Amino acid sequence: MGIQDLSPDEITYLLDLSDKYAEHNRARGPKYDLMRDKILINLFFEESTRTRTSFELAGMRLGADVINISVANSSIKKGETIVDTAMTLNAMHADALVVRHSNAGAVALLSEKVNCAVINGGDGSHEHPTQALLDALTIRRRKGYLQGLLVALCGDVAHSRVARSNIYLLQTMGARVRVIAPPTLVPSSMERLGVEVFHDMRAGLEDCDIVMMLRLQRERMEGSFVPSVHEYFEFYGLDYNKLQHAKPDALIMHPGPMNRGVEIDSDVADDIDRSLIREQVEMGVAVRMACLDVLTRERFVTAK
Amino acid sequence: MSGKVAYINARVVDPASGLDTPASESGGVLVDGTRIAAIGPGIFNGGQPADAVIADCDGAVLAPGLVDMRVDFCEPGSEHKEDIESGSRAAAAGGVTAVVTLPDTDPVIDDASVLEFVARRARDVKLVKVFAYGSVTRGAGSDEIVEMGLMKQAGAVAFTNGRNAVANAKTLSRALKYALAFDALVVQHAEEPALANGGVMQSGELATRLGLPGIPREAETIMLDRDIALARMTGGRYHAAHVSTAEGVDRIRAAKADGLRVTCDTAPPYFALNELAVGEYRTFAKLSPPLRSEEDRQAIVAGLADGTIDCIASDHFPQDQEAKRLPFELAEFGAAGLESLLALTLELVHNGHLELPAALAKVTVRPAELLDLPVGRLYAGAPADLVLFDPDRPTRIEPDRFTSKSKNSPFDGRLVQGQVIQTVVDGRTIYTADD
Repeated sequence: MGIQDLSPDEITYLLDLSDKYAEHNRARGPKYDLMRDKILINLFFEESTRTRTSFELAGMRLGADVINISVANSSIKKGETIVDTAMTLNAMHADALVVRHSNAGAVALLSEKVNCAVINGGDGSHEHPTQALLDALTIRRRKGYLQGLLVALCGDVAHSRVARSNIYLLQTMGARVRVIAPPTLVPSSMERLGVEVFHDMRAGLEDCDIVMMLRLQRERMEGSFVPSVHEYFEFYGLDYNKLQHAKPDALIMHPGPMNRGVEIDSDVADDIDRSLIREQVEMGVAVRMACLDVLTRERFVTAK
Repeated sequence: MSGKVAYINARVVDPASGLDTPASESGGVLVDGTRIAAIGPGIFNGGQPADAVIADCDGAVLAPGLVDMRVDFCEPGSEHKEDIESGSRAAAAGGVTAVVTLPDTDPVIDDASVLEFVARRARDVKLVKVFAYGSVTRGAGSDEIVEMGLMKQAGAVAFTNGRNAVANAKTLSRALKYALAFDALVVQHAEEPALANGGVMQSGELATRLGLPGIPREAETIMLDRDIALARMTGGRYHAAHVSTAEGVDRIRAAKADGLRVTCDTAPPYFALNELAVGEYRTFAKLSPPLRSEEDRQAIVAGLADGTIDCIASDHFPQDQEAKRLPFELAEFGAAGLESLLALTLELVHNGHLELPAALAKVTVRPAELLDLPVGRLYAGAPADLVLFDPDRPTRIEPDRFTSKSKNSPFDGRLVQGQVIQTVVDGRTIYTADD
C-alpha cells in the first residue's frame, strides 16, 4: 500500500530483485513465465498513460494476461463504485490488481474488499510506492548506494504522492531529504516528517547529490498557490544557473510527465550526462516486475 | 399514564437545585401522572403511598432526563439516515428526554410551516420531547434573515444555520441585533468557511502524511474572534456550537470575563478523542469541526471543568453506510452520538475532571436555561422527565446495537462506564434496558 510499511531489508530485497529484472530487460532477455495463467488488472480511476503502460509491460514480461480498466470518466467517482468494482473484480478472479485513484486512502479501501494482491499505483496525495522504488533503483545504479546522499525534492510537494513516498523511502535507507518549494506548496508540519524545508532554491540545492523535480499540476497553478507559471519558473524552475549550486556531479530526476519551461528547463532535462529521466522510465518496468513477482508468488489474501 | 410511581433507593441528583441525596427507602421521587409530585430525602418517611407503584432503583442514579441541544434527525429530507421516530428511539435509549434538532433539513426549517411539521411528527411519535431550531437566514445559506418573531412564536427555541456558518459579518450582526427583540439566542457553527473549504481533517503532520487536505485550527479562532466582536458590538446573545480548539476555549473564556452574553458547548468527540482517531482513513472519525490535537482535547476538558464550556451536546449526525464507505475525502462528515452521550459525559466524572452533578448540569439544566426550555430540572410540579442509570457499570460502545438507523460512531468498541436503565418522559417509561 505504501513505502511507510516497508523495512530497509524489504526495500533492499525489492531493489536487488528489480536490478536483476533491469539487466534481463536491457539484455532483451525472453519473457518469463512466473505469472503464466495469472491475470493482472490495471484499474485506473485516474488517467495515467505512463504508469499504466509500465505496469502493463511489467505484467507481460512476467507472462501474465493483462487487462486495463479505465474508470476515468472524470465525473465524481463515487466510492460506491469502488466497492462495487471490487465485487466485480472478485468475480473475475484476478491474481493481482494495480489501482490508481485520485483520493488518498482509496486504494487501501478497495484492497479491503478484494481477495487478491493489490498494488498501489498512486492514491491521491498519499503515496506512489513503485515510483519511489524506481527512483531509488535509478539512484542506486548510478551512485552505488543510497545511504548518506543528500536529495532535494523540488516543487509541488503539497499535492505530491511521489514526494511522500520518496521521503519515506530515502529516509528509511539513510539518505537525507530536503524539500524546496514556495511556502504555499509545502504542506503543514512538513518538517515533522524529518525533512529540511527551503524556499530559496539556490540555498536548498547547496551540496545536493540528487535533484528530484516534481510536476507542477498546472490546473492548480493559477491564483491561490502560485501567481503565474512565469514567476514559478523564475524562482523554482530548474535551469543550469540554479543547478550549479548543487554538487558538480549532481543528478537530475523527474517522475514525468514534465512541464518543460515550468519546473524544468529543456536543456537540463535532456542533459545526457546528468539527467536520469529516461532511465527512470526504464527502471519503472523492472521495479514493477519485482513487485508483481513478489506479490503473486504466494497468494496473499491482502497485499501490504 | 395516570397513577403514582414511587422511585425509591435511588441517588437523586438534580443539578439545578444542587440536590444530591443518597439512596434510601424513605426518600426519592414520587411521580403522579405526568408530573413530579414530591422529591427529596424523607418524602416517604410516613411510608410510600398505598396507591403508588413502587419502583426500586437499587442504588442507581435518578436524574433529570438529558437535554441534547444539537441533534440531526434528518427529517424532512434524508429519512434513510434517520427520522424523527428512529431518532427519538435512539434518544430514549441514550437517556435523553429532550432534543433540539438542527434546521438544515430539506426543506430547511426557515418558516413556521416546517416547524409545525416537525412538531406534528414528534407528537405522533410521542417519545422524547423534540424542540427545533429555526435557521438564521432563509435556506440556511442566504443573507436574508428569517421571521424570527413569528418562528419563535411557532416554537423555534433559537436560531442557527446548523452546520453552515453565518459567514457574512453584516448578516450575523443584524441577526444578533434583531434577535434581541425576542431575546433569542443565535447559535453559530464557528468555522470560517473559506479557510476550511476543501479540508477534511485537522491540518498538521497526520494530514500531511495521509495526503489529506487540512482544516487549520485558525478557521475556528478567526470566526470566534469576529463573532465575539459582533456580540460586543450588538449586545446580542451568541452561542458557539461544538468548540474544538484550545484557542477557541480561550476566546470564550475571555469574552465571558468581559461580561459579554457569549456561551458555548462542545461534543464528546472533542473531549474524548483526538485526530489520531482518523488513523488509516477511518471515515467514522471524519467530523465537522475536525478532531483536533491532544493539546486541544485537554484544553476542552479544562474548559468543561472551569465552566467556560456551558453544555455538552451529542452532535448526533447520522450517516448511512453509503455516505461513509468512501475514500476519506469523499465521505460525509458526522457521527451518531445520542446513545453514547451519557457514558462519555460520565468519563469526565470517572476521570476526576467534574463531579457528577456538575457533569449532568451540562446535559440537563444548562442547555435548558440557555434555550429557555421547560425541562432539565427536578422539582415538585415539574414534568416527570427522568433518566435512571448506573454510573459505574462497565460497558462497551457497540454501534451495531444502536437504535439509531445509522451506526457511524468513532467510539466503536470503546470501553466506558455508565449504563442507562430506564428513561421516562412525562411519567411514561419510554425505554427500559434489556438486562
